[in-house]
Amino acid sequence: MRKESHLVEETVDPMVPRPFVVRESREETRDAFTLTLEPQEANGAPAFEPGQFNMIYVFGVGEVPVSISGDPRQPEVLVHTVRAVGGVTRALQKLGPGDIVGVRGPFGSAWPVDKAKGKDVVIVTGGIGLAPLRPAVCQILGQREKIGKFALLYGARTPKDILYREQLGQWRSNLDLQVRVTVDNATRDWYGTVGVVTILIHKARFDPANTIAMVCGPEIMMRFVVQELIKERMREQDIYISMERNMKCAVGFCGHCQYGPNFICKDGPVFRFSDVRHLFGLREI
Amino acid sequence: MKILERNNFHRLFDVLKESGFDIIGPTLQDQAIVYDHLEGVEDLPEGWTDEQAPGKYRVKKRNDKALFGYVVGPTSWKKFLYPPRQKLWSAQKAGSGFEVAAEEGVPQKMAFLGVRSCELAAIAVQDKIFCGGSFVDPHYKKRRENVFLAAVNCAEPKGTCFCVSMNTGPRALGGLDLSLTEMIEGERHYFFLRSGSAEGEKVLSRLPLKDAEGGQQKKEDALLEEARRHMGRAMDTRDIKRLLYDNPDHPQWDKAAERCLSCANCTMACPTCFCSTVEDVSDLTGEHAERWRKWDSCFSLEFSYIHGGNVRQSTKGRYRQWMTHKLASWQDQFGTSGCVGCGRCISWCPAGIDITEEVKAIRADQPARAESP
Ligand SMILES: Cc1cc2nc3c(=O)[nH]c(=O)nc-3n(C[C@H](O)[C@H](O)[C@H](O)COP(=O)(O)OP(=O)(O)OC[C@H]3O[C@@H](n4cnc5c(N)ncnc54)[C@H](O)[C@@H]3O)c2cc1C
Ligand code: SF4
Ligand code: SF4
Repeated sequence: MRKESHLVEETVDPMVPRPFVVRESREETRDAFTLTLEPQEANGAPAFEPGQFNMIYVFGVGEVPVSISGDPRQPEVLVHTVRAVGGVTRALQKLGPGDIVGVRGPFGSAWPVDKAKGKDVVIVTGGIGLAPLRPAVCQILGQREKIGKFALLYGARTPKDILYREQLGQWRSNLDLQVRVTVDNATRDWYGTVGVVTILIHKARFDPANTIAMVCGPEIMMRFVVQELIKERMREQDIYISMERNMKCAVGFCGHCQYGPNFICKDGPVFRFSDVRHLFGLREI
Repeated sequence: MKILERNNFHRLFDVLKESGFDIIGPTLQDQAIVYDHLEGVEDLPEGWTDEQAPGKYRVKKRNDKALFGYVVGPTSWKKFLYPPRQKLWSAQKAGSGFEVAAEEGVPQKMAFLGVRSCELAAIAVQDKIFCGGSFVDPHYKKRRENVFLAAVNCAEPKGTCFCVSMNTGPRALGGLDLSLTEMIEGERHYFFLRSGSAEGEKVLSRLPLKDAEGGQQKKEDALLEEARRHMGRAMDTRDIKRLLYDNPDHPQWDKAAERCLSCANCTMACPTCFCSTVEDVSDLTGEHAERWRKWDSCFSLEFSYIHGGNVRQSTKGRYRQWMTHKLASWQDQFGTSGCVGCGRCISWCPAGIDITEEVKAIRADQPARAESP
């Protein structure tokens, strides 16, 4: 493998982050917050597709994968909604306007918004799983006439854990978007549905034979949701899920995110369910 | 094919050094033959050989003065192309933010002397991983482009070798600059040399060589044919991808897991295993931070950690991941097997777990479908 080989001489280093400035940090729930980032250099934020993610680096602390949760029609900023769970995400939570983070990306596969043209769409999410689907909702609403029925089903632990409350309210006022929210545990001020998100599926209106489903949430929740969708007579090849695994590089070198033959960072995170069904039921894969 | 006499062998060192290469090759250290910097011929393990079996490795004296009379040891060339610990970049606080500087050191030109054919195959595998996909690892690439590969054909495979099964040896064929075959006939000690590249040709042209006479090619062929027939182990690789994909719940995984210590020796010794983790460090002032990449192993519990739990909690899950990756999913990922048949994971496993035996056991106990056409 000499220099004259097929490899280009100047390779960009995919492991080096670019600096981005925090423009806003907004509290969403007791443990989730949304960061709006702008590139520090003049050359703009990279375009992305709904479902893709970035690696976000906090100086001296570490780097984690986070889905892009902003509107793809506003590519000048990067928006990420993060749940503070450990070292890096808690450090991110402490950042405010003017602070700098490192960003690599965008990486990974996208929600099949294009395949949904002429079809119904049902989105089923749980917890922080709404964040990676928000860009898909925005994109679909921007071309609403190309899609048939559209349902967004969302489950949160408690009313306090509901993300994007205001925006969900706006979406709900669109007469052609069915927004249904359920909580696992209700508090006194909650008048909505109580129970797991799967109970919303049969209430939603869509034609199972002509629908694209996009599912994101904890693996166990996705398992039940997929089962329910299939019970409603959806086909496995019309269901898409987003997978999560430990990730150190996001470019297929570190090996951590392997899911059978797939690297979740490159071949995922969004998979067609029929392509990974044989793995989905296995333990410790 | 050319001939270099043993008493001129030091000239190869001279020429490589004059061409600016740091020579890396086999040398005896702490009762094992490892790859390290070589000053001259005297650093080679002259007159030594090795004995290998599951969980066993031992060096011993030969009754001749062969320079390459052993096979592969605990180290592989991977540590020179993809170092066990490597700085990826550093960052410095500046104003309210920080600036990142990529690590751009230009590595020295290295000549690998004594690369075995299974190891050439392993290097080709890692080339695909780090340079063959949509992303290229500039750290690996920079080192790799500056490497001269001098291979040695294997005349004496050992107890854990199975390159023939994996189609990677014992003769070093492609992807090399120079190949050598060591010949000892009574008092006569010499090497057959061939070049495999323009760079190799240049080196050859500066050595005191003789032309090989007719008939001598036959001697080399016979030697390597003999080696072919003396593999320590064998693996039936027919349809192996399906075999493993179809058997994630085979009882053999439990049996392997009962023995496996999850020590990660196999992954460290394997010349193709490439998994890594990163370490973020900052200095006491908090002004300077660095990111380092370190070899990692799918045998560690933390490897599969995600918030809420580790995906592969059991040794069974980890052993299955490792072996299925090596022999099956690797093919889907990189279009090649992840195992080149070098035998390191067998010799260096403290429990003596043998990948060829594991495959055999899974194959032997197949549900009916294996019988169907
Ligand atoms: C493709 C993808 C998209 C994601 N999108 C989002 C998102 O939009 N919002 C959000 O809040 N979270 C998201 N996550 C999860 C997020 O990456 C983890 O919560 C985060 O890595 C936890 O890091 P920590 O250091 O705070 O936690 P710790 O528990 O201290 O984790 C230590 C390290 O383990 C690894 N790790 C831990 N959990 C995960 C995990 N779930 N996935 C991958 N690596 C992990 C990381 O390297 C982390 O630094 C996503 C994960 C993936 C793989
Ligand atoms: S799996 Fe074992 S035999 Fe195969 S290349 Fe790796 S160390 Fe060698
Ligand atoms: S197979 Fe052997 S070498 Fe590999 S982790 Fe298990 S005990 Fe260690």
